[in-house]
Amino acid sequence: MEMEETEILAKLKNKFPQQVKETFISLGMEVAVIDKEALFEVMSFLKEKPQDYAMLLDLTCVDYLGEEPRFEMVYHLFSLSSNRRLRIKARVSEKEPRIASLTPLWRNANWLEREVYDLFGIEFVGHPDLRRIFMYDGFEGHPLRKDYPLRLRQPRIKFRK
Amino acid sequence: MPTRIEREARPESLLINMGPSHPAMHGTIRIMLELDGEKILNSEVEIGYLHRGFEKMCENRTYFNLLPYTDRLNYVSPLINNLGYVMTVEKMLGIEVPRRAQLIRVLMSELSRISDHLTCLAAMAMECGAFTVFLYKIKAREFIWDVIEWTTGARMTTSYIRIGGVRADLHPDYRPALEKAITETRQVLKDVHGLLDKNKIFLNRTRDIAVIKPEEAINFGWTGPCLRSTGVYYDVRKAHPYLVYNELDFEVPLGERGDNYDRYMVRMLEMEQSLRIIEQVMAQLPASPPEIMADGLEPYEAIKQARRQRPEKPIKLSPNLEGAEKHRYPEILCSDRRYVPPPKEEVYTTIEGLISHFKFFMKGHGIRPPKGEVYFAVEGGNGELGFYIVSDGTDKPYRLHLRAPCFHIVSALEFLIKGHMVADVIPTFGSLNMIGGELDR
Amino acid sequence: MEGRFFLTTLNEILSWGRKYSLFQYPFVTACCGMEYMAAACAHFDIDRFGAGWTRFSPRQADMLLVVGTVTQKLAPVLKTVYDQMTEPKWVIAFGTCAVSGGIYDNYAVVQGIDQIIPVDVYIPGCPPRPETVLDGLIKLQEKIKNQEQEWRWKRRKF
Repeated sequence: MEMEETEILAKLKNKFPQQVKETFISLGMEVAVIDKEALFEVMSFLKEKPQDYAMLLDLTCVDYLGEEPRFEMVYHLFSLSSNRRLRIKARVSEKEPRIASLTPLWRNANWLEREVYDLFGIEFVGHPDLRRIFMYDGFEGHPLRKDYPLRLRQPRIKFRK
Repeated sequence: MPTRIEREARPESLLINMGPSHPAMHGTIRIMLELDGEKILNSEVEIGYLHRGFEKMCENRTYFNLLPYTDRLNYVSPLINNLGYVMTVEKMLGIEVPRRAQLIRVLMSELSRISDHLTCLAAMAMECGAFTVFLYKIKAREFIWDVIEWTTGARMTTSYIRIGGVRADLHPDYRPALEKAITETRQVLKDVHGLLDKNKIFLNRTRDIAVIKPEEAINFGWTGPCLRSTGVYYDVRKAHPYLVYNELDFEVPLGERGDNYDRYMVRMLEMEQSLRIIEQVMAQLPASPPEIMADGLEPYEAIKQARRQRPEKPIKLSPNLEGAEKHRYPEILCSDRRYVPPPKEEVYTTIEGLISHFKFFMKGHGIRPPKGEVYFAVEGGNGELGFYIVSDGTDKPYRLHLRAPCFHIVSALEFLIKGHMVADVIPTFGSLNMIGGELDR
Repeated sequence: MEGRFFLTTLNEILSWGRKYSLFQYPFVTACCGMEYMAAACAHFDIDRFGAGWTRFSPRQADMLLVVGTVTQKLAPVLKTVYDQMTEPKWVIAFGTCAVSGGIYDNYAVVQGIDQIIPVDVYIPGCPPRPETVLDGLIKLQEKIKNQEQEWRWKRRKF
């Protein structure tokens, strides 16, 4: 059983020795930290058979204010045939907040990446239509960053009192 | 700034806006259609009209305090969201929940799932014109909400499932109410099967409309009843079982074609399976929970006595504090004192109880998971409801992210309605079960 | 003297007609929508109070029921819908999110719809029980009864 679980991590390490920075198992889930430049190749490798991670479960970002690089992109993949989940993490710095887009591989990455762009400000290279999804046009700033205050309201119309 | 569809539209086509405030009883969403007569050439969906900043609010609240926010996510099945969040935190802390609490959690979770499917299909049928179905299903939902209210105190947003167990035990007379709810729901399901299953109008509106193939659905990230209607067998309760689902006997209905009718049918059959689960759980629970202590010391006497020595006799607490009595604790809440508030008898009469109560609720103390991250998913009404929590060792989560199932499902709406007519948007949108609180968080 | 009597009786008849046949426009956004559906259906019927017909167009409605949270993105839409309604019109704020922003005190939520449009009756609760909704509706009916009714020829002095 343990051989099976760490198999995918070993495979990743063999195929991309420089780009995979570390692999570990956290609370029953396999995690791999990779270089952000190699994201698209690693994801394409994981999507095709026999690894067959056919579903992109989730795509999100965590803001570590004060650390450098500041943002960390987190991807959750799921394989229906082998019933296993995998987490891929990649760090993105604040000076160059750009990372490759996964829209050619999975179609729900379209809206997920728009959400991360809206709330964190990370640009996705190759996204067909990158604009805000939750906040309205004219909203300045990216709300979920740690330096955006919680109650800073930007009203859209004039209030009565 | 013009929207994408305004920029891309051909000059001879008609642009129609189904605005954020519309009669469909699902939530606020804006669908813009580019039409050629009645046929849809292109469409654009705009969401975010209910973005309430759930993730940012959670970064400013302690783990215990943010439980009411999780209720309001998927508001038609609120106990399942509670359950997802609480099980994620329990996985991070590594605590074990007593068996009775697990059975009660399964019971509440399945009641919520039935309520979710009833509401979704009621709204879908009403929008297609079948108003009777709407009234019948909301009637059945009221009986289910009665059962939930007797135990938890609230009809909808309950905050009942807590870290370590549940808030209070089941009501002593829950059995007749639950049996009535099950009978009424079965009767309503039978009536609706008779009204809609072979109804020519309903079939014409939903058969072979908005078909999606299994590979496309997986590529879109669909889970839950919508994915099962295409034929893919994936249910989180069977694939990664949690609570006591691996001991229960239930089936997972699958569809064939992935059209609107299959999505409707999968939900109807799932409700029957949920009723089966509830009956099995009811058989496993003991007949009635232990009664509230009828005789015992009054609280003021006990406090006076406690000044000199620990009171030996049991204390009669007020019914408002039901669920916080010491003798109930081993069954409904885990016994690790770091993660659950102490029972009220100890708080009133002993100094250790008072200190642990104080430290549990004080800022900076309380539930402090170790540094790290966790992802856990439960089967929500729409699919895989996942919580991803990053903890930095303090009492507030550093980042809490929700994997909302209907975000991925609605992202396929533009693909689904292309080429169909305007009137097909309504049953399609209804069968996807879009819930605004979960979509926009 | 007779003019006065005529006017007050006409006022009463008009208010009787208006309060027992309220056409509502449910501006439903969030969780309170479920309690609105429960209040409108068979168990707790609001049709008994005359407010059963929902008119899904603001031009044909006279009561705007704002149900659920109103975000900053949705605020201009609410103002447009309110402006499109014809006189006389009344507004009910249903649920604490519409009354005062509720538990969401952050960047995205309007802290109460009375910052945008004038409100007649506030119904608190998260979500309010259907009995509370019916109580709020009865309070609105009493308010209509005590109001000075407007009708077309009133502008011309008798």
